[in-house]
Amino acid sequence: MTQGEMEIQLLAVVVAAACALPGTFLVLRKMAMMSDAISHAILPGIVIAFFLTHNLNSPLLILAAAATGVLTVMLVELLMSTRLVREDAAIGLTFPVLFSIGIILIARFAGDVHLDTDAVLLGEPAFAPFDRLIVGGRDIGPRALYIMSAVGLANVAFITLFYKELKIATFDAGLAAALGFGPVLIHYGLMTFVSITAVAAFDAVGSILVVAMMVAPSAAAYLLTDRLRDMILLSVALGAASAVGGFQMARLFDVSIAGAMATASGLVFLAVWLGAPRYGILAGRQRRIRQKWEFAETMLAIHLFNHEGLPEADIEHRIGHLEEHLSWERDFARRVVRRAQSNGLVQRTNDEDEDDLLALTPQGRKAASEAIENL
Amino acid sequence: MEQLFSDYTLRMVALGSAVLGIVSGGLGTYAVLRGQSLLGDAISHAALPGIAIAFLLTGGKTPLALMIGAALAGWLATLWIMSVTGTTRIKYDSMLALTLSVFFGIGLVLLTYIRQRAGAAQAGLDTFLFGQASSLVRRDVVTMAVPGGAALLLMALFWKELKLLAFDPEFGRTLGLPMRRVDLFLTALLVVAIVIGLQTVGVVLMSAMIVAPAAAGRQWTDTLWKMVLLSAGFGAAAGVTGAVLSSTGTGLPTGPLIVLCMGVIMVLSLLFAPNRGLAARHLRARRSTGRFQLETVLLDLYALGMQHNDPLRPHPRGAVQAMRAKEVPVDRLLDRLEKDGLVRRAASGWALTDAGLRNVETLKEERT
Repeated sequence: MTQGEMEIQLLAVVVAAACALPGTFLVLRKMAMMSDAISHAILPGIVIAFFLTHNLNSPLLILAAAATGVLTVMLVELLMSTRLVREDAAIGLTFPVLFSIGIILIARFAGDVHLDTDAVLLGEPAFAPFDRLIVGGRDIGPRALYIMSAVGLANVAFITLFYKELKIATFDAGLAAALGFGPVLIHYGLMTFVSITAVAAFDAVGSILVVAMMVAPSAAAYLLTDRLRDMILLSVALGAASAVGGFQMARLFDVSIAGAMATASGLVFLAVWLGAPRYGILAGRQRRIRQKWEFAETMLAIHLFNHEGLPEADIEHRIGHLEEHLSWERDFARRVVRRAQSNGLVQRTNDEDEDDLLALTPQGRKAASEAIENL
Repeated sequence: MEQLFSDYTLRMVALGSAVLGIVSGGLGTYAVLRGQSLLGDAISHAALPGIAIAFLLTGGKTPLALMIGAALAGWLATLWIMSVTGTTRIKYDSMLALTLSVFFGIGLVLLTYIRQRAGAAQAGLDTFLFGQASSLVRRDVVTMAVPGGAALLLMALFWKELKLLAFDPEFGRTLGLPMRRVDLFLTALLVVAIVIGLQTVGVVLMSAMIVAPAAAGRQWTDTLWKMVLLSAGFGAAAGVTGAVLSSTGTGLPTGPLIVLCMGVIMVLSLLFAPNRGLAARHLRARRSTGRFQLETVLLDLYALGMQHNDPLRPHPRGAVQAMRAKEVPVDRLLDRLEKDGLVRRAASGWALTDAGLRNVETLKEERT
């Protein structure tokens, strides 16, 4: 990789990590779509700040965008407080209107603005190395890398400082309010950081794909762990991996870097959805199969237990009879008996005979009586 | 306005926007009622890779082929959302955000792939991002109207099933209706409504066309068919107004203008709709507080009188005021009650009339 490519790769990783931090809380708080709403709705804020400063790198842009993001959240909550529309409709009404205002402002003053709607929506990290940060006459690297790192560190600081508050407000808002942690304040604080991250990531990945970087790694991490700390770390790691994979893919096929990063994050999520050890669908399917057999074995043990030592045991304790009594297919019944046998629950009197008498082992008797008790 | 009938381009743009407004407004009703307002946003973004693949396969910009590609991708995205939320603990909102952005990313990868392969031949494909209503021609309008009309027709044919789905799917299931299939069917209709709008208002703003007319229509009525008609009407009105406005201004994009018109209709509905609207609610609240205060003063006079075992005994206004917080405008309330003949001025203050006493008796019954 050339130095430029290294810088793009590094920027992509920093963007992904910075986005994953607030993203974790969005996913847990069921507010993932707020990232979509905010990343679109901050457009008018950026445009107006740009009109005032005529400089796309002005820190005022970040401040204005953050303010617009918070304004969006307030508007959504104002709409909801009328109780005339639901939360999803309130979000779906607010951000397209704000975004439209932004687009119209750009179109109206297109003559004197070097702000492209395409760039706003799509972003492209490939141009980042051309905009250098010069300090004291020395070139110290791409400006975007520094901005994004600062935002990432701000996110880290926010989450570390208010970890306890965020955690309680996320999992038990009522308790947080009772303890005086101000869940509303935490909510707006989080939304401010989502806005700041969204605007800083604008140049690199655009307003739609920033949503992918916030939500996809965090959703994948949510399927891998039950601990908040681990989930945050995992989502940062998965985000970084998506950034690396995405950039390499983009290099290979010469396609949009931001798009490839989002695609990679989707693939990471797909892999986790399929293969997660506990919550993945393959693990779930295996668990269901295992449970089916375990249930059948227990049924068999209970059946034998019920008739044990009684006169009818001679008829009831035969594989052939299981078909009738438990309405099992012959083949299935045979497999259940074989499993129960190898698990030490059941003994056969004559291994040669297809339809010999079955008997519970002491272990099988214990399992059956325990199962009956648990009912 | 005159231009609307003379200018061919404007007529087509207005017609196309109206068709879009009617279809998305009508079908959006169900999305909003079912709390799936943001599903439209996910579908419209997810359509992008479908458009790109259709372009790659057909090698050209046939509107119908692109529409079919978009519809398939949007439909696939919905299935993926349903299956992940159905099999894991991932929440619906996470899946919406994830799907819309990841599918959009895939679409972007494909678009850039097409761009470097086909060069300039893909001009116009980008219009799906923001829409380009001003480029609508008769053929586009027909391509929008035919599937859109078919979707509305199907909605009318399966009216009963869809109504059950929106309000009481459990009841539908007990009636033996395949509600899951009805759900998939409705989603397919929604996909059609979204896909026909992509070329006009674009990926980002399409969700507003689904949500806003229906949310506005909801404020005016509690009856489903009225709500469907109203939101279709609102959608059409916003579409035509936006199209006309964009033709008058210099270089104002149609899509955002339509969305802004829709926003204005929405705000007006929230404020001024009868019954549900905020203005109506405010008036109602004021009227009932007023009535409540009048009744309270009447009851207070009675209670004061009963302390002397004479309900008709007069009391000075100061005594009546002392019964309540000083914000209660006792003077005005007493004047009003006097006008209604329920109290009268006596030498030593205010007293209940016979009519007032009868009123008190019924009030006492009402309040216990």
